[in-house]
Amino acid sequence: MNIQIAAQINSFIAAFVLLAAFGMLVQKRIYSLIHLFAWQGLFLSISTAIVGYVANKHHLYISSILTLSLKVVLLPYILHVLVVRLKIRKQAETVLNIPLTMMIGIALVIFSYHLTAPVRELSTLITRSTLAVALATVMIGLLMMITRKHAVTQIIGFLAMENGLFFAATSATYGMPLVVELGVALDVLIAAFIFGIFFFHIHSTFDSLDVKQMSRLKEDL
Amino acid sequence: MLLILLGVPLFAAAALAFIGDRRYAPEINIAGSAATFAAGIGLALEVYNTGPMLAGGKFFFVDAFNVYLSVLTSFVSMTTAIFSRRYMRREREHGRVGHVGMRFYHSMYQMFIFAMFLCLLTNNIGVLWIAMELATLSTVLLVSLYRTPRAIEAAWKYFILCGVGIAQALFGTVLLYFAAEKVLGEGGEALLWTNLSRVSGSLEPTVLSLAFVFLMVGYGTKVGLVPLHNWLPDAHSEGPTPISAVLSGLLLNIALYALVRCKVLVDGSTGTHHAGDIMMGFGVLSILVAAYSLLRQKDIKRMFSYSSIEHMGIATFAFGLGGPIATFGALLHMLVHSLAKSSIFFTVGHASQMHQTQEMERIKGLFKGNPLVGWGLMFGVMAIAGMPPFGIFTSEFLILTATIKDAPLWTPFLLLGLGVAFAALFRRVQPMVAGEVPEYQKPLKVAHVPVVLHMLLVLIIGIYIPDFLNQWFHTAVELLK
Repeated sequence: MNIQIAAQINSFIAAFVLLAAFGMLVQKRIYSLIHLFAWQGLFLSISTAIVGYVANKHHLYISSILTLSLKVVLLPYILHVLVVRLKIRKQAETVLNIPLTMMIGIALVIFSYHLTAPVRELSTLITRSTLAVALATVMIGLLMMITRKHAVTQIIGFLAMENGLFFAATSATYGMPLVVELGVALDVLIAAFIFGIFFFHIHSTFDSLDVKQMSRLKEDL
Repeated sequence: MLLILLGVPLFAAAALAFIGDRRYAPEINIAGSAATFAAGIGLALEVYNTGPMLAGGKFFFVDAFNVYLSVLTSFVSMTTAIFSRRYMRREREHGRVGHVGMRFYHSMYQMFIFAMFLCLLTNNIGVLWIAMELATLSTVLLVSLYRTPRAIEAAWKYFILCGVGIAQALFGTVLLYFAAEKVLGEGGEALLWTNLSRVSGSLEPTVLSLAFVFLMVGYGTKVGLVPLHNWLPDAHSEGPTPISAVLSGLLLNIALYALVRCKVLVDGSTGTHHAGDIMMGFGVLSILVAAYSLLRQKDIKRMFSYSSIEHMGIATFAFGLGGPIATFGALLHMLVHSLAKSSIFFTVGHASQMHQTQEMERIKGLFKGNPLVGWGLMFGVMAIAGMPPFGIFTSEFLILTATIKDAPLWTPFLLLGLGVAFAALFRRVQPMVAGEVPEYQKPLKVAHVPVVLHMLLVLIIGIYIPDFLNQWFHTAVELLK
């Protein structure tokens, strides 16, 4: 495969990662949200494998497989089980003003391109153009955590942010050293268990996973 | 010695997970922490005799900056383990923690200590990030240990906000690696701090200043700097008191340590005072906001959490200011604040157990009820407010002197913050310690050793800084220039 073509394919897949991020931003049903998250992980994994092939970096194949098993299979599965167990599958969440959220999302993408411009100029890697997409994914994940008021949605936003960070590492530097990537994956795994436990705690204490009820701890003015 | 220091808490965490809620679990916890402290002293002696060293194939390294923090961390974690023995037993009797909770508590306590040592001793800034996240994750469920709605809310906030914050730091680390890779080549070598600091002059300045913004926001969240501090008062006040003591006393220091390590690299690359200016801004804002928030607190642990924000602001400001005197002051401040604040949390824990509440209005007559708790709190507050002859006076004095000399325009803000905090703390403490014993106050067997030991150390450092400490600080000041 020609390297230029591979880079084009990579950019194409990057577009899908971003599309999945936007999809998650406005998706109301938790069930579909988990699917979108899995899709994003899949695109990420393919992109990592392509970069590994183009750059001839074998440790990226390991990262790619790690992403595939962790973010496409394991995490969506855990979320799925939790959603079924806690019987929150049917609940559709209210999303604040979809058009406005989308507009903010687009503004964040532009901002990301602007912010990463100096880095892209310095880079000689063929994947450099996807760095802005990666940062945009991080920002959209952040936006999702702010606009959503459901514990599961917030966690998916958090994991989407992590996807963006991983993408940034692959596109800016052909991946962090393996020890760091493995460590980050381990942290994500531990976080997954912790939020799993958390969902049960929140559910049994507040009777729902709506975090709007968490408003006890405020400053008395 | 370095590997022993890391191995002991990890092993203790595994062992305590198996031992669970047996009668002797707290004693094992103390034994593990004491062994860690012994290893910490051993490491310090080694470094004192032979100078900075690398270990584990360049994976770990020790210099004057992290060696004193390691000893401090191992010491405070040991005294906290001693304090927690009686405290947690009593909480168990009151039924606030269950069988599973206790097992979890001890195991995660050691895991948390392991994570902090990994942060301090690793040479790899990627691993530094991982360990910082691990330290957060291991304490999240400790904050929600009591399972009350308030505790769960606090832990959720802690988990989400710190997770988001620290994700920004990872992006900063990626950018740092991007710049380093050009100079040092690919692979793990390019993330080693010892290599990076050697070549920091040739790292690309534009990338590093961008990276610093992300690192500042990321690690700044963990330091609890305003306006990223929202999680801190909740997390520090709703969890069990021993955890509040180590969170306030140790984890904030570690986060600041990470930030300062990154700042050195950025300064070396840009050659400007840009990163320092950002830190000074965040620092002063934290001091002022925290000082005014102190005024309207009703919950005793919440109040002292705000005081932690204030002191971290002071240290961040001083590191940002730079220069030998301010940096020396900041290093000293991290040490004495950690000792004084954990000691305060010990007495606060006792006081709130005596009165079965954390509300300050209901805590009264501590002098008469239990002199050690009363005087411990009084002296602790005197120390933390910066009264002579305690160590915090010395460090704040040094920082103020340097500010007046190098950045006089900042001085009024600093003085205002310190003054307001002083007044706010004393207004609250007087009614708690003085007066008659209320009838609902219960007598309590208290842990003397940790409080007395900490206060004595703060006092000694205020009067006389031992030679070895002085030498380390001076070397660290050179390092951080």
